[in-house]
Amino acid sequence: MIPVVVVGIYLAIIAVIGSVAFRRSKANTEDFFLANRAVGSMVFFLSIFATNMTAFAILGSSGQAYRQGIGIYGLMASSSGLVIPLTIFFIGTRLWAIGKRFGHQTQVGFFRDRWECSTIGTLIFILSVAMLVPYMIISIMGGGRVLNDISGGQVAYWLGCAIVALVVTANVFFGGMRGTVWVNIFQTVLFLLFGAVALGVISHGLQGGFGEYIDKILNNPKTRYLVTRERMPERYFWSYTFIPLSSIMFPHMAIMCFAARKVTAFKRTVVLYPLAIMAIWLPCIFLGVIGTQLEPNLAKPDGILLHLLTDHAPAWLAGILGAGIISAVMGSDTHQVLAVSTMFTKDVFAHYGGTAKYGERSTVMFARGFILCVTGLAYVIALNTPESIFELAVRFAFSGFAAMAPVMIAALFWRRSTKYGALASTLWVAAWLLLTWYLQRISDGTAPKPGQPVALIYPALGHLLERSTANVTVFGFLPVVPMVLGSAVLMILVSLIPRPPSQATIDKYFSAQLAGSNFPGSRPQKAMAQAGGSSRF
Amino acid sequence: MKLKTVVLTLLILAIYVLHQDSWNWKKAEPLVFGFLPIGLAYQAGYSVLASILMGVLVKVAWPRHLENIEPTDARGESDEKEGHQ
Repeated sequence: MIPVVVVGIYLAIIAVIGSVAFRRSKANTEDFFLANRAVGSMVFFLSIFATNMTAFAILGSSGQAYRQGIGIYGLMASSSGLVIPLTIFFIGTRLWAIGKRFGHQTQVGFFRDRWECSTIGTLIFILSVAMLVPYMIISIMGGGRVLNDISGGQVAYWLGCAIVALVVTANVFFGGMRGTVWVNIFQTVLFLLFGAVALGVISHGLQGGFGEYIDKILNNPKTRYLVTRERMPERYFWSYTFIPLSSIMFPHMAIMCFAARKVTAFKRTVVLYPLAIMAIWLPCIFLGVIGTQLEPNLAKPDGILLHLLTDHAPAWLAGILGAGIISAVMGSDTHQVLAVSTMFTKDVFAHYGGTAKYGERSTVMFARGFILCVTGLAYVIALNTPESIFELAVRFAFSGFAAMAPVMIAALFWRRSTKYGALASTLWVAAWLLLTWYLQRISDGTAPKPGQPVALIYPALGHLLERSTANVTVFGFLPVVPMVLGSAVLMILVSLIPRPPSQATIDKYFSAQLAGSNFPGSRPQKAMAQAGGSSRF
Repeated sequence: MKLKTVVLTLLILAIYVLHQDSWNWKKAEPLVFGFLPIGLAYQAGYSVLASILMGVLVKVAWPRHLENIEPTDARGESDEKEGHQ
């Protein structure tokens, strides 16, 4: 019961922070969706990190380590620690700049203006929402499951989902982006501390040291693979370095980039990001591996940390650590709900004349109404649909968003890029998602068990399409590799066929202010004259 | 292309390549600090290296021109106008 009380106190604190943010809010979309573009440096780091970290970072990582061993850290954490900060550095800062200069609040708004085309924005909007919504639903499911596990079954799964959905809704409904980032400060500090505290507490309660358990694993031929990567194909490992490209393309991450007060807020974020990932993932993965000895033969390995905490930590501390896990769930879920609401409001309602007709105040009311509807619907779906469907959809979403990264890079850095190139890339990504889904479904029955060799999906095609335990692969690579490379090639080749966007648009986005005076082809004088630029330039 | 750009590009590529530590693939020993398998310790060190790389980029390749960005007069309209087809 004590952990439930502690988590209850945590949820009450979240609600209070949200209500304070509500009192500070103004009735316009820039304030509601982007906290008036005034998020400071440290809060920006804590918030963008919370945006990107889900319960998977704690529960999923330790569960995967329980199954596959230490390789999970290099597979998912250290690759993200390099690629995500690089994308924030090169793409996030430019997104912030075009948002600040031209008022864009979503990626779709930027694409529409950059390529002078409403339709391409609508297509990317549909694809983005289709990939983001399953992520939002699975976050509610994850929250319900965690509350159920922490309480030892006293909080039913449906009630856990309802509590998470309600707190997230209230937080976003009342506080908008401001409420969300304020809550993120508290949440991120909690779950950043989670790993180190959990490691310390569990090691304190162990007979012998960690080294003794690692030796046991190492000296047993059946478990040795857990402390090496001998069962992890190198192509599979390399393929995973493409997945973090998805991060900046997730709408909630891109929208977060628009919210910074100054571009200098990104400096601290990119340097601290790899260390923050390490602070969470390293202890969780290590404990997942140690857990194979302390809690062997678990039917649901994702619960390994909760088992370890229950058995090795005092109840009140288990409650606080449980709140850390819930923080990871809610931190990203609130941003996902806010992002879906921002996109519908700006890319559909406002784009098709809603704001012009009804005004800013009504647009914010529309957004709030939409938040209620979307979280209510997500809750109903969460209770009535198997989690496995959404798990698969989320995995595909990571590949899909990663493969959309070339579109964003071209929009920001390549003057000659066109809407047709973006269209070709978008269709390529959508086609691959459907193909992978189909191949996954038809090969489920022949999927090998862990440790067994891969199965050929179509023997006549040789090793072109293979099925591993969990994934379809292409010559041993994950589908994300051909998806990203194909998307980049199509973006380039198809863009070269038609005429580029108008010179005015190119000058607008490649002015000296945005591209820098050294950028090849920037036209400082003309661009400044057209944009009504300041006399400093 | 400037020498600085070339050097930084090569540095990023080199660090990207270092992620694929094939030499540690089937090894667990030596155990760093007596309990961390070498493959895990290497990747943890890699996270620190990634942070250092980002520090270097912030120091020498920061897009300073973006610090002076000012909103335009036509700001916000582009999200809401219809008609680009």
